[in-house]
Amino acid sequence: MSADSISAAEPISRLIEEFNKLPGIGPKSAQRLTYYLLRAPAGEVSALADAIRNLKEKLALCSVCLNITDSDPCIICRDEERDHTKICIVEEPIDILPLERTKKYKGLYHVLHGVISPTDGVGPDELKIKELLLRLNDGLVTEVILATNPNLEGEATAMYLQRLIAPLGIRITRLARGLPYGADLEYADDVTLSRALEGRQEM
Amino acid sequence: MTAPRTYQTEAIIIKRIKLGEADRILTIYTPELGKLKAVAKGTRRPKSKLGGHVELLTHSRLMLAQGRNLDIITQAQTIDNFLPIKDDLDRLSRGLYIAELVDSFTGEHIEDRQLFCLLLETLKQLSQSTDYEPVLRYFELNLLDHLGYRPQLRRCTDCNSTLKPDTNFFSCKFGGVLCHDCGFNEPAARPLSINALKVLRLWQNCDFTAARRVRINRELAAELEQIMREYTKYLLEKQLKSTAWLDRLKSEVSPK
Repeated sequence: MSADSISAAEPISRLIEEFNKLPGIGPKSAQRLTYYLLRAPAGEVSALADAIRNLKEKLALCSVCLNITDSDPCIICRDEERDHTKICIVEEPIDILPLERTKKYKGLYHVLHGVISPTDGVGPDELKIKELLLRLNDGLVTEVILATNPNLEGEATAMYLQRLIAPLGIRITRLARGLPYGADLEYADDVTLSRALEGRQEM
Repeated sequence: MTAPRTYQTEAIIIKRIKLGEADRILTIYTPELGKLKAVAKGTRRPKSKLGGHVELLTHSRLMLAQGRNLDIITQAQTIDNFLPIKDDLDRLSRGLYIAELVDSFTGEHIEDRQLFCLLLETLKQLSQSTDYEPVLRYFELNLLDHLGYRPQLRRCTDCNSTLKPDTNFFSCKFGGVLCHDCGFNEPAARPLSINALKVLRLWQNCDFTAARRVRINRELAAELEQIMREYTKYLLEKQLKSTAWLDRLKSEVSPK
């Protein structure tokens, strides 16, 4: 810690220390944030404090899709308008946001909370795969969309899930892998390009 | 300050961990510089120009710039992406095991062209084969051989007597085979069937093509795997993490 924070009053140095633990926040930014809050109106500061406290106290995992939620089942699983016969499988809760932004998908989700990574010792038991299989057993679901990341671990997880789900007779699809919008062909790697060729479509 | 120095090298990516928001630290194995770590910036963004060129188990040509701490990968071009490995869960899992094995057994910045060639050849063989066990065992044996842990399979490692065509023993502590009598008195040694010994001897002295031609049944394959696993575990003083996954895969979802 820098000298200023040690010589400052205890509540100040403590907050600086806490800020300092956050990703991307160095000692100087931590000081700036702390002194900003010191001068900010009391209402603003307590709103921030409440927001931080609520993050841990009010949130839990949805009992159906295991997304992070403040109500159980979560807002997506409760929605009668959505297509309950489709489940899109994602690695992390944060992956749901970009998919929702597309407004193209109206089915449900299932969050694995990780991805199979043999060399890190992460296997199926560390993920929410048992929960997924239980969901699929009720016979309501007709399609599973594998939306794990298009990298080595994501593909491994998708291939593993495919093997587990195939015997259940449910349609299994994988998000198309190809060129990102706005990219340059010359920088594309062979795997991406081969996938893009395989998945080419009639215009 | 002088301009940052850059250099080019071939490399096989054997490990990668996330760094910050979109970067990765790669562990790469190169012919001239041995194993080293380097930063690949922005590779987790969809439009990264490095992206798939620096994915795990890829053979690439890299341009690196010397960094303050770790060198930074500035350009990458795939030489071989080993797509057949990445497209098949069984092959992929074995590929990851091979990468972990190399990472565990090597230190950084030790030039070892032969090991690079062995690794490259192993990945090539793995992408062509459907019988993975001989590929893995051949690689393990030759890796150990190369690093100075070649198991002694001709004579008893304790009494130096020639081995009889009988059930002998394998001892990690002695680094090789014990004859029937010596092995009996060594509680940590495990029995070694005559067929397993023959196959190990052959693999120790033949090339990859001949090694792959060996047909071994399930029982023998399991015995050989167990021996090599115990021996590598003994040498590394740890169990490789990917072995748990290999076991899981075999017991649970293998199509065969």
